[in-house]
Amino acid sequence: MDLITPEVGLIFWQTIVFLVLMFILAKFAWKPILGAVRTREESINEALASAEDARKEMQNLKADNEKLLQEARAERDEILKEARQLKEKMVSEAEADAQSKADSIVAKAKESIEIEKRAAMADIKNQVATLSIEIAEKVIGKELATEEKQHQMIDKMLNDATLN
Amino acid sequence: MHPNLEPIILSRTGTMIAHKSLKIIVTFTLALALLPFNAFAKDDSQAEESKNDFNPTDMIMHHIGDAHGWHFFGAGDSSVTLPLPVILYTKEDGFVTFMSSEFHHDTEGKYVVEKDGMRFVNYHEDIYKLDAGAETVEFDEEHNVINASKPWDFSITKNVAAMLLTVILMLIFFFGLAGHHKKSKKAPAGFNNILETLVLFVRDEIAKPQIGDKKYMKFMPFLLTVFFFIWITNLLGLLPGAANVTGNIAVTVSLGLFTLVLIVFNGNKDFWKHTLWMPGIPTFVKPILAVVELLGLLIKPIALMIRLFANITAGHIIILSLLALIFILENAGVAGISVPFALFITVLELLVAFLQAFIFTMLSALFIGAAVEEHEHH
Repeated sequence: MDLITPEVGLIFWQTIVFLVLMFILAKFAWKPILGAVRTREESINEALASAEDARKEMQNLKADNEKLLQEARAERDEILKEARQLKEKMVSEAEADAQSKADSIVAKAKESIEIEKRAAMADIKNQVATLSIEIAEKVIGKELATEEKQHQMIDKMLNDATLN
Repeated sequence: MHPNLEPIILSRTGTMIAHKSLKIIVTFTLALALLPFNAFAKDDSQAEESKNDFNPTDMIMHHIGDAHGWHFFGAGDSSVTLPLPVILYTKEDGFVTFMSSEFHHDTEGKYVVEKDGMRFVNYHEDIYKLDAGAETVEFDEEHNVINASKPWDFSITKNVAAMLLTVILMLIFFFGLAGHHKKSKKAPAGFNNILETLVLFVRDEIAKPQIGDKKYMKFMPFLLTVFFFIWITNLLGLLPGAANVTGNIAVTVSLGLFTLVLIVFNGNKDFWKHTLWMPGIPTFVKPILAVVELLGLLIKPIALMIRLFANITAGHIIILSLLALIFILENAGVAGISVPFALFITVLELLVAFLQAFIFTMLSALFIGAAVEEHEHH
């Protein structure tokens, strides 16, 4: 058995054994193994792609949320601003209203005071007139107590009322 | 490549040993360097002269060569050997089958086995059929057998048995992995995971880059089978008492032929055009280049064949040589140096076992890839 002389028998067996082994393994091992590995790789790639999609979607959602939040914040600011304006307006309106009401009350009070005053004046005038008449009656009563005096009076009156 | 390595390692060992032994080592080293080109089995003149002396060449040749029985340990009649079937074919008498144990461990052609009226002897693991009427084998002065002929030998030798062991292991391993994939869609764990990683290594690092994404699937069965076959056989070959299968030229011839057949049958039009009638060069050069290209086509698998054979055989020879030093120098103390060195080489061989499987598969894929490549027309 020489070292570098190939033996036909061994070449024969090696070829047969290798061919049979290759075909058996190809059919029952390599094909299912490579197929399963490929399927797994595909599913992993799909999972990765879907994870990436989910991440993007998440990002979009986050951006949307941020946008919504910003909008809400802006709206809140707007509302607050409006409320402040409204408050100021209301306060100033109320102030003006109160002023005008106070003015009108003051005016009415003044008017009623005037009326009262006038009534009081008229009353005083009446009382003064009555008193004057009473005094005058009393004075006249005394002056004209006698016939003579009455005649004198008439005469005087007639003298005064000269027919001119 | 390895014969160059041997003198270095051996001479390094030599400096550590006494000076008077140096001469022996140099002679021994030179003998080993020439080993692949010399048929030492025939070099019996020396063996005869010093019959009782230890002959490292015979020991090494016995260990790296093929045999009809699987010898484990012991010598002569007390040796422990697994008998293997001997299958012989002769044109005149057809097939003859008997167990190798019928030779009674004889490889010197002394024990004659009689079967169906034919007489067989085992002379240095070659089986000879004695000519009609001959009782014992006779030799001429050059130790060639004169009264016997060699029948076709299809025996299940030690190497075939070791090869079948690899086949059984591969079937167990990969049927197991395929079984896992049938049951679950998840990635396998443990040993199956290691196997799958290796399968993916062949696919992603060898087949895809060399052959291309479109065509690699067709060649995956061959590449995977050849990779794991060579690797597992290489590793099994490192075990004590194991056969040197991938370091046998017949095995690598067969493997190289597979690559050649794949190249020839899968080569596309472009490939053959570039091989036989190279475009873009003057017409008178074309036939010359065709010869060169056709030679190249044959040299590729031959290179594969020699590389694997030489690397594995050289590794075995180095280890055996280191151990043989103990017996050559007849000093047990040498073991203190030889055994660590042999261990170191064995560990190195673990790497070589993978490397050679990888290189064989890689280059096969490269050659196939070149044959199926779609050339861009320029």
